[in-house]
Amino acid sequence: MSHFLVTVTPRELPTTGESVHTLYLLSGAELAPADVARMTAELLHDPVVQQAHWCELSQAALDAEDLELHAASLLEIAYRPGVTDNPGESAAEGARRLGITTVEQARALSRYLLPAGVDAQQRARELAIDLVQTTLISHPGADQAQRLAFYHMLVAPPPPATPVITRVPLRAADDAELLRISRAGVLALDLDEMRTVRDYFAQLGRDPSDGELETIAQTWSEHCSHKTFKAKVRYRQQAGSSLPADADLYPMLHLLERGQSEVVEIDSMIKTFLMHATQKVLADRDEADWVLSAFVDNAGIIAFGPDHEVSFKVETHNHPSALEPFGGANTGVGGVIRDVLGVSARPIANTDILCFGMPDGSAPAGVLAPQRIATGVVAGVRDYGNKLGIPTVNGAVLFDPGYTANPLVYCGTLGIAPRGSNPHNIQPGDAVVVLGGRTGRDGIHGATFSSIELTHSTAAEVGSAVQIGDPITEKKLLDVLLQARDMGLYSAITDCGAGGLSSAVGEMGAEIGAAVELEQVPLKYAGLQPWEVWLSEAQERMVLAVPPANLAAFLDLCASEDVEACAIGHFSDDKHLRVTHGGQTLVDIDMAFLHDGRPQRVLEAHWQPGQVASAATLPAATPSELLLRLMAHPNIASKERIIRSYDHEIGGATVVKPLVGVKSDGPGDAAVLQPLPRSSEGLALACGINPRYGFADPYWMTLAAVDEALRNVVAVGGDPNRTVILDNFCWGDPRQPDRMAGLVRSGAACYDAAVAFGTPFISGKDSLNNEYRDASGQRVAIPPTLLISALAHVPDVRRCVTMDLKAAGNRLYLVGATGEDLQGSHLQALGVEVGASDLPRVDLAVARETFAKLYAAISAGTVRACHDLSEGGLAVAAAEMALAGGFGLELDIAAIPGGVSRTARLFGESPSRFLVEVAPEQAAAFTTQMMGITLTALGSVTDTGQVVVRDGAERLVDLGTAALKAAWQSGLAPLSL
Amino acid sequence: MTPNVLILRAPGINRDADAALACELAGATAERVHVNRVAEGAVRLCDYAMLIIPGGFSYGDHLGAGKLLAVDLAHRLGDQIRDFVADGRPVIGICNGFQVLVKSGVLPGDAGPPSVTLTENCSARFECRWVHLQADPQSRCIFTRGIELPIEIPIAHGEGRIAVSDDAALERLRAGGQVALRYVAEDGGAVNYPANPNGSLDNIAGLCNPQGNVLGLMPHPENAVLPQQHPRWTREPWRIAGDGLALFQNAVAYAKSL
Repeated sequence: MSHFLVTVTPRELPTTGESVHTLYLLSGAELAPADVARMTAELLHDPVVQQAHWCELSQAALDAEDLELHAASLLEIAYRPGVTDNPGESAAEGARRLGITTVEQARALSRYLLPAGVDAQQRARELAIDLVQTTLISHPGADQAQRLAFYHMLVAPPPPATPVITRVPLRAADDAELLRISRAGVLALDLDEMRTVRDYFAQLGRDPSDGELETIAQTWSEHCSHKTFKAKVRYRQQAGSSLPADADLYPMLHLLERGQSEVVEIDSMIKTFLMHATQKVLADRDEADWVLSAFVDNAGIIAFGPDHEVSFKVETHNHPSALEPFGGANTGVGGVIRDVLGVSARPIANTDILCFGMPDGSAPAGVLAPQRIATGVVAGVRDYGNKLGIPTVNGAVLFDPGYTANPLVYCGTLGIAPRGSNPHNIQPGDAVVVLGGRTGRDGIHGATFSSIELTHSTAAEVGSAVQIGDPITEKKLLDVLLQARDMGLYSAITDCGAGGLSSAVGEMGAEIGAAVELEQVPLKYAGLQPWEVWLSEAQERMVLAVPPANLAAFLDLCASEDVEACAIGHFSDDKHLRVTHGGQTLVDIDMAFLHDGRPQRVLEAHWQPGQVASAATLPAATPSELLLRLMAHPNIASKERIIRSYDHEIGGATVVKPLVGVKSDGPGDAAVLQPLPRSSEGLALACGINPRYGFADPYWMTLAAVDEALRNVVAVGGDPNRTVILDNFCWGDPRQPDRMAGLVRSGAACYDAAVAFGTPFISGKDSLNNEYRDASGQRVAIPPTLLISALAHVPDVRRCVTMDLKAAGNRLYLVGATGEDLQGSHLQALGVEVGASDLPRVDLAVARETFAKLYAAISAGTVRACHDLSEGGLAVAAAEMALAGGFGLELDIAAIPGGVSRTARLFGESPSRFLVEVAPEQAAAFTTQMMGITLTALGSVTDTGQVVVRDGAERLVDLGTAALKAAWQSGLAPLSL
Repeated sequence: MTPNVLILRAPGINRDADAALACELAGATAERVHVNRVAEGAVRLCDYAMLIIPGGFSYGDHLGAGKLLAVDLAHRLGDQIRDFVADGRPVIGICNGFQVLVKSGVLPGDAGPPSVTLTENCSARFECRWVHLQADPQSRCIFTRGIELPIEIPIAHGEGRIAVSDDAALERLRAGGQVALRYVAEDGGAVNYPANPNGSLDNIAGLCNPQGNVLGLMPHPENAVLPQQHPRWTREPWRIAGDGLALFQNAVAYAKSL
């Protein structure tokens, strides 16, 4: 085997003092120097800005190589053997296109030349992705043997392995041994579940194989089976709370209230709170043709226009992002896109909601710093979404110390398809086809890994659960799948995500059965054990059922676009899951046991009213000072740098963009898409999330989140009466009764909100066990966090409005009532004492009426600008509208009714409120349209560029929009985004 | 006769549908064809009136933006492309397509060694924003004819900075009328970041070949064809069409004239 090293260097030295080289290791038994010379010249460098040289790999060549002697040390980074190395594979692919067929292996490395004074170890930690990359630090002029060994390690063939199917002695295991087996194998099964598995195999008269035990563990994992949301919950609460009287409007809250005197038993939260809410909303409306699929498919589906359907799914990828932010977020985006492909739709938009530790915060040992996590996650989202050609149009970024060890990464994808595109017509005899990426060892145990708490040593223990994405492979998959759909070539489809083939094939064949031969599965490299092939969560794969008559046409289509596809078995009619490897049986179990055999969990929930942690740390400050501080609070501050790093224009459908206003830098409330260029129908897309309220009471937090999501879509002109919502719960350990009780309260609120607003849930997901146990055993759970995503119909996008002020002289109205409810507010987060103030409480009747009337006014064209009041309340909303529009404004808050404090009027976060700009000639019409809703004329738009807020005669705020914008744009400065 | 446009697809190309819409709005028909079909001869370039290489991340851009698709163009489509260009038929490369045209040597289209490239933005970041562009009245480009006022269209790229091997290369581009589009400031003043979003030399946003029938540009005119795609339509008078449509209309008119 000949090995060559190609070195590519920039012609211009960088100003930072640290230059970066790209190295390629090329190997092949027949690889000739002339081939390497030609690749170097024509493929591997850009002669205008780079120079390149090559050598045969040997100690002498490395010694002789003209190293940059200016560098104090060299840091070289490569993907570990076996991990997808896209630049390396591109080099090999490029060689074939040049007609060079002798390259058997190509690897790419990055080499950083570090100047004196730079700590190379520290730089390696910053630059390299620990779990999937390997690094070498060396010094120019030193012995090169170490470098040679490093390169040889990278190109060494994988060690040969004989496939082994191991039996796990389960039948003889006592309880302690069952738990030991579960823990040692990262199975995340509890004692009840392990006993059930043992008894099943005892009945069969044999022990399970490693593959069977793993299949059951993945299928029964929290991630795949939602055992907490399907559990029987026994809920009690310590004390009564001050209830809204209307039991019809808040039925589930009233139900829970009984928990102070008796145990309230909830049999499956997903049924009781979420599916029932959707059924009730749809039954109340008597409209058959709106929600087409809820909680059944990979994504929820609604009708759009006469001929189309729109699908929406939001997922989380939290644990992987904690360990490896780029790869975790990258594959999170890739995964949710496959959910939408899994309902045969074309992805048309992404959303990303990210929760990190504080931008200036630090992290405990063994945990990545918040800055590193934020930078990596944003880069991972950008890389995947941009490369797939899907605009990232909506999102949020929140910061709280509670997310330091457990960041949250929510990824959503919206898709569109001709109505009725997604077939569910699987027949015995249909081929099981896997297509897309090859299978490697990456991502093994992802489903169970996401079901355990993180500790300081998790990274070392389950590093293989981290996955690396390859967006172009997924793009190729997308391209052929949509053609195959239109040609009617497959009878069913699902994504290959958590649990890998075991989960995809197990779910598709649940009703009929399936038989798979694993030796057929295309592998990235040799040496995988059968159970690893079966369980691998390698990315960019889909599983399809293809009728035998279509198989050749399907495989031809895939080949025509260089997509690898392979029939690995067939669906059967014996209701069994049979998996072999080279003819040896790995799995042979009943589908019924696999899917219905898991014992229902019984969970205890104890509710005690909580408190939003607060410390009055801020010295006395004027309203102007407070407003500037709020504008710079990381949750409120401009996210422009992040938003601009995502392509939000591709597809041409983003007609209300995430950034709006005269300089396109104002914070839009919701994105509006016009998915069909020849129809002016649209979709408004927004989210609501407010974990700070969750510390006090997840019930009211949840109503606030739904209210916020709906406010946002209504603010741009979305129809609240044709809005669907999605739930994504991120919580701590549900086996802790206090965490569980919060989850119950949040679920109960989901029901009350969905039914009262008439907004059905069409999809949802939960990510639990977001806890961290440090080296001393101290446990920390994340703030209870519920993301509500809203998708609203827009009859005509040309009626939409944006939040930027439009013209001096226009009037400004506050829509909605203001209360004394500063608990959980961002003012409190600044360190301002808010006393005995309440948590904001949504009045569901008032909220629904407010949204309906404001939507009607916007549709009628009487509104010039509209912004919802959220973090930071009225003052922040007013400042944002002013800086986005390039105008000043003058408000008098004395007119706000309700007798609430000045602080609450300025900065309170009472729900269901908007600040609305109306032209003087429309004022009368607008006032009439809003009849019955608390409406306060606050002032008008000015051309002074000053944001002035008075309380009667007293001037509270007087700030220029430039100063406000500067503060607002500085808030994320500690992050190098 | 309605010109039929071949929109070249490849793994990772992702603005092909956007380009097809722009062509259709400009009065052409468009077919999105995978590069493999052209390479194997199942589809012939010469049967089309125009070629568009759209934006995206062809083959992942792992060896530098557009590099592998440029190798395809030079080695798998070589003669077909050369003949198409030599025939004077219109070719547009947008964003990644521009990078492909430059790295395959179709642009700037002189016979010499590579002297122009597109490389990493000065900001070292991918950025998506709207920019103002001015067509160079001296340019030989057929697509920008008659476009006198600055136009506003979006960019979305990380490697869009024009760089040259030496001053002479830049001088050849200018002297040959090959600079088709430049970034300008909204107020007509000095052009700094972000008006020039990538630090491109001489604020160049688009180049044409010496004959003017091949245009490469980083911005995306195909995403500025409908009035409501404009970022400020909610606060400004309603437009009849997006500014980018004119480029496609020019191309279609030219293709019809051949």
